[in-house]
Amino acid sequence: MTTATSSASLSGHRRRQRIGTLRRVLLGTLGVVGFLAVWQLLSTLRILNPEQLPSATDTFTQLGVLLRDLEFWRNIGRTMTAWAIGLVIATVVGTALGTVIGMVPVLRRATHTVVEFLRPIPSVALIPLAILVYGLQMPAALIIIVYASFWQVFVQVLYGVADIDTVARDTARSFGLTRGSQLRNLVLPTALPYLMTGLRLAAAVALILAVTAEMTIGNPGLGRQLTVASGIGNITTVYAIVIVTGVLGLLINIGFRAIERRTLSWHQSVRGDEAS
Amino acid sequence: MPETLLQVDSLNKVYESATGRVEAIGDISFTMNRGELVCIVGPSGCGKTTLLKCIAGLLRPTAGEVQLDGRRVTSPPEKMALVFQEYGRSLYPWLTVRGNVELPLKHRKLSRDERAQLVDDALLAVGLDHAAKSYPWQLSGGMQQRVAIARAVAYQPEVLIMDEPFAAVDAQTRADLEDLVRRLHSERGMSILFVTHDIDESVYLGERVIVLSKSPTWVQEDLAIDLAPERDQITTRALPRFTELRTHVYEQIQRAKRGEAVRPSA
Amino acid sequence: MTLYTSTVRTPAPKSRLWAKAGENTLYAVALPLALLLIWGVAATISSAKFFPAPQTIAGAFSETWIGPAFIDDVLPSLARLAVAIIIAVVVGVVAGTLIGLTRWLRELLEPLLEFFRAIPPPVLIPVFVAFLGVTDAMQIIVIAFGAIWPVLLNTIEGVRATDSVMTETARSFSLTRSQRLFDLVLPAASPRIMAGVRQTLSVALIMMVISELFYSSSGLGYQIKYFQQNYLIAQMWSGILLLGLIGVLLAVVFGFVERRVLRWYHGIKEVERA
Repeated sequence: MTTATSSASLSGHRRRQRIGTLRRVLLGTLGVVGFLAVWQLLSTLRILNPEQLPSATDTFTQLGVLLRDLEFWRNIGRTMTAWAIGLVIATVVGTALGTVIGMVPVLRRATHTVVEFLRPIPSVALIPLAILVYGLQMPAALIIIVYASFWQVFVQVLYGVADIDTVARDTARSFGLTRGSQLRNLVLPTALPYLMTGLRLAAAVALILAVTAEMTIGNPGLGRQLTVASGIGNITTVYAIVIVTGVLGLLINIGFRAIERRTLSWHQSVRGDEAS
Repeated sequence: MPETLLQVDSLNKVYESATGRVEAIGDISFTMNRGELVCIVGPSGCGKTTLLKCIAGLLRPTAGEVQLDGRRVTSPPEKMALVFQEYGRSLYPWLTVRGNVELPLKHRKLSRDERAQLVDDALLAVGLDHAAKSYPWQLSGGMQQRVAIARAVAYQPEVLIMDEPFAAVDAQTRADLEDLVRRLHSERGMSILFVTHDIDESVYLGERVIVLSKSPTWVQEDLAIDLAPERDQITTRALPRFTELRTHVYEQIQRAKRGEAVRPSA
Repeated sequence: MTLYTSTVRTPAPKSRLWAKAGENTLYAVALPLALLLIWGVAATISSAKFFPAPQTIAGAFSETWIGPAFIDDVLPSLARLAVAIIIAVVVGVVAGTLIGLTRWLRELLEPLLEFFRAIPPPVLIPVFVAFLGVTDAMQIIVIAFGAIWPVLLNTIEGVRATDSVMTETARSFSLTRSQRLFDLVLPAASPRIMAGVRQTLSVALIMMVISELFYSSSGLGYQIKYFQQNYLIAQMWSGILLLGLIGVLLAVVFGFVERRVLRWYHGIKEVERA
């Protein structure tokens, strides 16, 4: 009996891997198709009132109409602009504050109570205030978006900076590295994966709040188009926009997860794994 | 009661991996009698763990069979208990020491008192009666392994299988644990199958030492250890006979590593 | 000459302990007090229309919320929130366990679940309003539906990937299926599940606020909106403060529960850090 690689069994294993992936894709597609089928039936067979639940075909037809409408794309643009600006501000401020406070233990202790009180406040609770101060415009929406996203980034960076391996830091100090060099060579690499996680969470939160702000404050965008459509009973548009926001959320999730994985890949090989 | 407890017949296990076909075990046959303490050694990578998993019913062999008490092993048998090498991952951290030892007993039809009795008895036997309320991660590595052993002992198995249990433990603790195993064997008459890569340990512990060849693995030698049943770390290891035996096993392993040993035709 | 030395430990003198306690309290309250002071002074100097002094807010708080308004508006809101959270967590864990342990089911539902989780929850409110109108039941359902995703998906993830050595241990000792579920799979997944519950709690709060701010005619959120529309600034702030307190309360309660349930997990982490 030999342990030589036999090409027959090599392809046997590969074949089994491919069957596994195929099965997953097949089942997943089946799930989506099944869902759409059930949806279509519920409405066409009038099991549920089509005024409340439009059929899948009607919804997707309306989606097609919307996608050919320039104003719809402009709304998507408005929502994504608010999202982007809010995310950038939140990330910059969150990283800066998180780094500074994380590295100075006195600051950490002093700010602990304030942080633990402000963090759980739902950003949406500030909507009435934002409306008062900025009216029904985008800056009001930005306040809400930034407030919520900031915490995601800030907390993660705080954890990241605090997670610096003490041995590594002592080594750096004993070698006489300047503060700036320490920052670049020790703090940044340690905190970077945490920052990426925070960024991913903040991106998701920012989208939620961008749309929510438009729904409630009324600044132009997808959220506003949704409430308007809902108000006049244009139910297919409502469902179509729900789908579009879902797709946007999905793209953001996938995109930032990929970015996070890239930065995490080398980090994981250096340290052990950690529970998220 | 028949003498033969465990019978392994022409065991063969082949893995298919991304890089090809790997024959972890070629052809392994041996028997183990009731009340014996048998050690298995072999060069690294010779499939000792695979062998144990097949015996324990955790893996299906590609060919051959294992019989416990005359009955074929296809899934983990009721009468067998395992002690793993990675005690850190084998004990459940959300249970106390007592909870861990008690868990396997819960599916047996025992009264609460009977269970408690078995648990207390096992903890006493391994010297951890004072640590019943602690959590495993609060204990040192050696103590955690004792908990795993207590869990196996409380289970009252007919055969106790230990997979390199002391490999991840420091030398001093290992000596204590070896003596613990010998005590369990002599005081309770437990049948123990002990896999190790430590040659001295195998000779010190075993009544028999089975030497495995390198992959594809077969039984290179089945050596009887004719040392006295009362052993202790200092005197036994100083005996000339001990040195002879361990040198012999060492040479066998070297031969196995070099692939020099010739397999007797079936 | 001594052969070896040992560290001599003397108990800390009482004065040191008091000093330590005092130091901790100082850190805890210094910044908040300072901020409140600055705000109070600034408000007295220049009266910004929309930023009343802390004293004013405090006064409005006790006026507005301590009394019948509490029972009429706050308690029903909290009750709806609580019921919705319970539904979301229970359904999320049960369904998540089922889906996570059944491979074909998981593969079937995975794309759908990922899509539904990506939908910003408040977007679903108009959908549910169209179905169920503006009722208590609708509010509870919409909060639960929006909040269930983190705990559901985290349960699925946590339940799938039980440590292989632990699973082999369970198999080797012939644990029953129920034992494997309740004594191995679920405890092992509990850190992951609790992380999901934490997110679920914050989403639930957001959903409650939105649905009450804009789709309801009673409740805490509605009251705040009413104050804002009628320029009752201090009252509006007091409402926001109350919402903040509810958020903090949820976080604190969750913290207690989590520390108890995951005592072993935190214990391990502490040992690892040492």
